Amino acid sequence: MKYLEEFRDPELARRLLDDIRATVTRPWALMEVCGGQTHTIIRHGIDQLLPEGVELIHGPGCPVCVTPLEVIDKALEIASRPGVIFCSFGDMLRVPGTDRDLFRVRGEGGDVRVVYSPLDALRIAQQNPDREVVFFGIGFETTAPPNAMTVYQARKLGIRNFSLLVSHVRVPPAIEAIMTSPDCRVQGFLAAGHVCSVMGVEEYPELAERHRVPIVVTGFEPLDILEGIRRTVRQLERGEHTVENAYQRAVRPEGNPAAKAMLADVFEVTDRAWRGIGVIPRSGWRLSPRYRDQDAEHRFQVSGITTVEPAECRSGEVLQGLLKPNQCEAFGTTCTPRNPLGATMVSSEGACAAYYLYRRLGLPAAPLPARSLPVVPLEASPVA
Amino acid sequence: MCLAVPGRVVEIEERDGTRMAVVDFGGVVKDVCLEYLPDLAVGEYAIVHVGFALQRLDEESARKTLELFNELGLLQEEFGDPWEAAAGAGAAAKEVQE
Ligand code: SF4
Repeated sequence: MKYLEEFRDPELARRLLDDIRATVTRPWALMEVCGGQTHTIIRHGIDQLLPEGVELIHGPGCPVCVTPLEVIDKALEIASRPGVIFCSFGDMLRVPGTDRDLFRVRGEGGDVRVVYSPLDALRIAQQNPDREVVFFGIGFETTAPPNAMTVYQARKLGIRNFSLLVSHVRVPPAIEAIMTSPDCRVQGFLAAGHVCSVMGVEEYPELAERHRVPIVVTGFEPLDILEGIRRTVRQLERGEHTVENAYQRAVRPEGNPAAKAMLADVFEVTDRAWRGIGVIPRSGWRLSPRYRDQDAEHRFQVSGITTVEPAECRSGEVLQGLLKPNQCEAFGTTCTPRNPLGATMVSSEGACAAYYLYRRLGLPAAPLPARSLPVVPLEASPVA
Repeated sequence: MCLAVPGRVVEIEERDGTRMAVVDFGGVVKDVCLEYLPDLAVGEYAIVHVGFALQRLDEESARKTLELFNELGLLQEEFGDPWEAAAGAGAAAKEVQE
């Protein structure tokens, strides 16, 4: 397909790799923020083609993976109620809650439906005026505008039986948390291209400057990733730390102003817990007071659920780039996509799932430190 | 679900007071909301995510980026080590091809 195939061209990939090899003189550790990029990297073996010493650390940018257990449990509780139609993207179905998942809730008689777009959920609400329709609104800055528009439309069209269970997260505070971690090894970032398609790049220069770290806005095809790596290592070799846009065909500096205006109206910034990591200040969105009556947590009164993560799952370290998935003892043995212990094994963008698909018989495991970010532990603060 | 992919606008219409389009993703067509890119026209490409067009895909930048990649190799080919390049090409082609 146009604008996909061209960015997978092996001959051009070779040229980019040659240029990277010619540039690099010493080891560098880069983090790709987005799980979609992790998937491309592992699938095409890009990490194995890089010069010795250039390491890709997989970041926390998988929305399914970082949705906190507490919110999953709230989703399960709401979805089990009679009279509710619970709509979700397909990848949430097998994400384990404390004792079951959405798939199981459906097996037990809950009306759980998979939709492609939040607008599909709104249509279901229109068609079922006597039922409560809830959409599971997770995702980064890319997915938040569609969900915001759907809430706005529901209000505009007077559809009162529609609400949103919100767990949106934002990338820049996560970069901040990673850079201030005492274990941080990251020297440069490939920023998530589609997040910047919406938000633009204005949040990044300050981060790059303060942490003296190059941030290169990067796309998702193999050549995009290679170009992101090429520009990042070029900056590192020169001792620079600026924000570059290596995904110009889809990212304008200002982002999408209409989408940003809608986000500012429908949502407000809040502290948010990230599954396996903990609370990161100002890292999420919730519905703004004007739209609070369309908040499913409010409508269904599901606050006060407390949860404990299974001890054997090390996805928190995986999400912070402290551990490669195949270094987890449960990887491929007690934890598989069919029987996942953690969300990173479920989602198509999860690092554990990517390694399971493409790397099961691969890399030797090297031990890495197992500490975590300097953030408030999950239990200490309920999801706002 | 995080995937956002380029698609080409085939048709535009108003529905329930909302600007919607039919978008072609290499043979698969889907309904897409254009509220965030109201001036997108038939024939243009956009990055689409969960049923919403989020950013116009700039064909001119796409072309320029590919051109830049094309030129990258030239200096290497002129002055680089041909044996290493040949070995690299084999490995890269094998790994990157699907
Ligand atoms: S392999 Fe499974 S148990 Fe280990 S970190 Fe990944 S999801 Fe958790």
